[in-house]
Amino acid sequence: MNSPIRKVAAGCLMLVLLMLANITFVQAFQADDLNARSDNRRVLLDEYARERGPILVGADNTPIAQSVPTDGEFGYQRQYANGPLYAPITGFYSFLFGRSAIERAENGILSGDDDRLFVRRLVDLVTNRERQGGAVKLTIDPAAQQAASDGLGDFKGAVVALNPQTGAILAMVSNPSYDPNPLASHSISEQRAAWDALQETAVPEEDRQKPGLNRATAQTLPPGSVFKLVTATAALESGRYEPDSTVPGPAAYDLPQSTVDLPNQSGRGCGEGSEQLVTLTEALRVSCNTAFAFLGNDLGPEALREQADRFGFNSSPLEELNAAESVFPAELDPPSTAQSAIGQRDVRATPLQIAMVSAAIANDGVLMRPYLVEEVRGPDLVSVIEQTEPEELSRAMSPETAEELTRMMVNVVENGTGRNAQIDGVEVAGKTGTAESSEDRPPYAWFTSFAPAGDAQVAVAVVVEEADVAATDIAGGRLAAPIARQVMEAVLGS
Amino acid sequence: MTPEATPLPRRGRGTELALLLFAVGIATAAYVSVDLGALGRVPPNAIAYLAGLCLITGVAHVVVRRWAPYADPVILPLVVTLNGLGLAMIHRLDRADAEAARQAGEAPPDVNAPVQLTWMVVGVVLFVLVLIVVRDHRILSRFTYTAGLGGIVLLLLPLLPGIGHSVRSAQIWVRVGSLTFQPGEAAKIVLIIAFAGYLVRTKDALALAGRRVLGIDLPRARDLGPILIVWLTALGILAFERDLGPSLLLFGIFVLMIYVATERISWIAVGLVLLLIGGLAANAAFGHVQTRIEAWLDPFSDTDRFGQIVQSLYGLAYGGPVGTGLGQGRPDLVPFAESDFIAAAFGEELGMAGLMAIILIYALLASRGLRAALVLRDPFGKLLATGLAAGLLLQVFIVIGGVTKLIPLTGLTTPFLSLGGSSLIMNWVLVALLVRLSDAARRPAPTAPPLGVDEAITQVVRLS
Repeated sequence: MNSPIRKVAAGCLMLVLLMLANITFVQAFQADDLNARSDNRRVLLDEYARERGPILVGADNTPIAQSVPTDGEFGYQRQYANGPLYAPITGFYSFLFGRSAIERAENGILSGDDDRLFVRRLVDLVTNRERQGGAVKLTIDPAAQQAASDGLGDFKGAVVALNPQTGAILAMVSNPSYDPNPLASHSISEQRAAWDALQETAVPEEDRQKPGLNRATAQTLPPGSVFKLVTATAALESGRYEPDSTVPGPAAYDLPQSTVDLPNQSGRGCGEGSEQLVTLTEALRVSCNTAFAFLGNDLGPEALREQADRFGFNSSPLEELNAAESVFPAELDPPSTAQSAIGQRDVRATPLQIAMVSAAIANDGVLMRPYLVEEVRGPDLVSVIEQTEPEELSRAMSPETAEELTRMMVNVVENGTGRNAQIDGVEVAGKTGTAESSEDRPPYAWFTSFAPAGDAQVAVAVVVEEADVAATDIAGGRLAAPIARQVMEAVLGS
Repeated sequence: MTPEATPLPRRGRGTELALLLFAVGIATAAYVSVDLGALGRVPPNAIAYLAGLCLITGVAHVVVRRWAPYADPVILPLVVTLNGLGLAMIHRLDRADAEAARQAGEAPPDVNAPVQLTWMVVGVVLFVLVLIVVRDHRILSRFTYTAGLGGIVLLLLPLLPGIGHSVRSAQIWVRVGSLTFQPGEAAKIVLIIAFAGYLVRTKDALALAGRRVLGIDLPRARDLGPILIVWLTALGILAFERDLGPSLLLFGIFVLMIYVATERISWIAVGLVLLLIGGLAANAAFGHVQTRIEAWLDPFSDTDRFGQIVQSLYGLAYGGPVGTGLGQGRPDLVPFAESDFIAAAFGEELGMAGLMAIILIYALLASRGLRAALVLRDPFGKLLATGLAAGLLLQVFIVIGGVTKLIPLTGLTTPFLSLGGSSLIMNWVLVALLVRLSDAARRPAPTAPPLGVDEAITQVVRLS
């Protein structure tokens, strides 16, 4: 009987080896994948047990997101001091639904997992202290943020303010917004309810307000007349035009290869005499569609696209927030080129992109990379681990062109469609825009500006999506310009 | 000169004592490190706990010394280590439950560890009784048919109205008053005894008489009949009770024992084919079997419905190669961590290294039983030892393999580790039988009664 017993023993050995091999597979090789799964409660609990670092703004390091100790199963509760105001920037931090915006982009630092906190982690390990996350200091100016939000009021829309010299984002408001606090709740049902509200699951598709959408960076809209700044830049950079060069600005531009006309909003010509000739400065001041349509075709689609690219179109400007690419399409035929030159047709831009256009003009033609994170700090909130250095993204135009454009834009604010953006004692440069998307919805009211014109501290872009007014350039000047003014005043006043 | 006084062969009782101290040390260290990990302090009763374990294992050791002096010295310490680790983990899960109740603002729940410790004492008492009562394992073969009948009755008990009791849809409990008992564990041992007794008697007939079909020697129906009836009844009852693990285990043990008895490898082949057919039939017939197989093939397709195995895998992954340390993981997130899934709890807190060590302890335990089977001289003892030892390992494979997604999950307790009195005490009985068998195996062959020195033809002169 011993032979079969030996074989049974060999069989037992095989079972043992199978078990050992299997747990090696699960615990050593598969472990990383399993630990990375979003529904893995353990890893989340582990993370919630740690003190997640705060997100700070302003000179006095006000926390807009911070974790406070609780007595519950989870060690800490994430709190957002001024939830809806900063939600587009902080994003949310949810047990069930993950993270977004800065909470996602800077998760490594905030959770303490980032390699830049390695030494600190080692110290914590040796001293047996709970791992603590680092702090993220943002570039946001609380006064500007508040001013932007107050200015926007109940309008659906967005505001972005940049420091043109560095690219630091000073304000970023999106309306309607949401409160990230209930999404960070320790109650699962409260989280779900907040998520359903955010996703508007109970609301019919066409009525959704999309509070979770960051309209400043994630949504591209037709920029309308503010895009004329890009066309004007291309014209000046071509060397064939000066600010006082004249172009025809009739009541309607006869679109080539088509029977359709492209009219001015006013229905009248922009210039004088039978040819309706108009200078570039004047064309920008009155936002003359026909003059810029002419310019577009005169310069050609390649020149327009190249200029748009130098302003940052067709690339993602702000990876922290997954910012959408603004689009200037390739391979345009003449009628499309004319329409694109005035920011219609298939041209799409985010408010951030439009702010970048102003910022580049304001900064002597140099476009700085926009950024939100000013400093990454250690868990003590004081020691600076990494400071963001301003970075040049591209040279959008020559300093001379920038200077000429600045004068033209100052003229728009002082004598043209942008009068509502005037600030006492400060020279403001700006441009209005009103873009139509479709017949059945109100136009988008745009305004972009910077100030002071000589040594710009702030560049702003404002879009009001549902301005219930006629589709005239007055919309951008009337609705959006005052908001931009308030934001600029807040930055310059502080 | 009595055999007890002979220094050769080595009996190993001193080794056993040393190993037992080591085992008790591990058990106490585990208990202490649970509190250190979870609360950051040494439990106030650590010394009392150590003393208690010493007392319990001391009694077992003394009884082995007196009634099974040649027993394998490794078996008892291995079992004490496992039981001690199990106690520590149950204590650890008590801590987690208490913490959860505290956070929910509820009254602290009942603690399981003291209950398990009580059952350990009962288990050791049974261990002692078995060693004292069963002086020679061969008397067990007299009860072959009684054991077969007893096994069936034990399996039937949970189905009886009045005392039958269902937990988690498995009808495998008996309740009398406030006491609950799972007779399946006892039935396992009794049926192994019945199988061994019956197969020893009929092995020649089974192996030699019969006809050859498709290259396989099939035995005569009348030789195989009785045991087949016992076996099918057992499986039928278990299937009816919706308890897959024991069915699989009993089937496996039966196939192994019949193979060892007949020495015909074809039985293994027949067994595997039957397993496949049975598995496919069960998959088609029973919803709960189908669910288990789905959960095994792709647990992540529905992490809510297959939450058990998913949580188990998460726990194992979280533990990684060296584990979180006792008291520092979240094994309570795995449903039934204290019973079916205790291996996952160990995998999480002691890591791959710790779980491997536990598997190797079982492997060592089984190898000691199989070694006894090899050395034993009587066929009944050989068969019994093989059945008990290989059955233990098979049980470990079925439960740990299930928990780690090596095979589909079927409900079984992890011997000595899982919470549950019936399982714990019956495994102590199983170990008592293994100790008894190893004692018989290592005992020197009885020599002829020594003749009077003067009557001997030749005188043996001892030089040493």
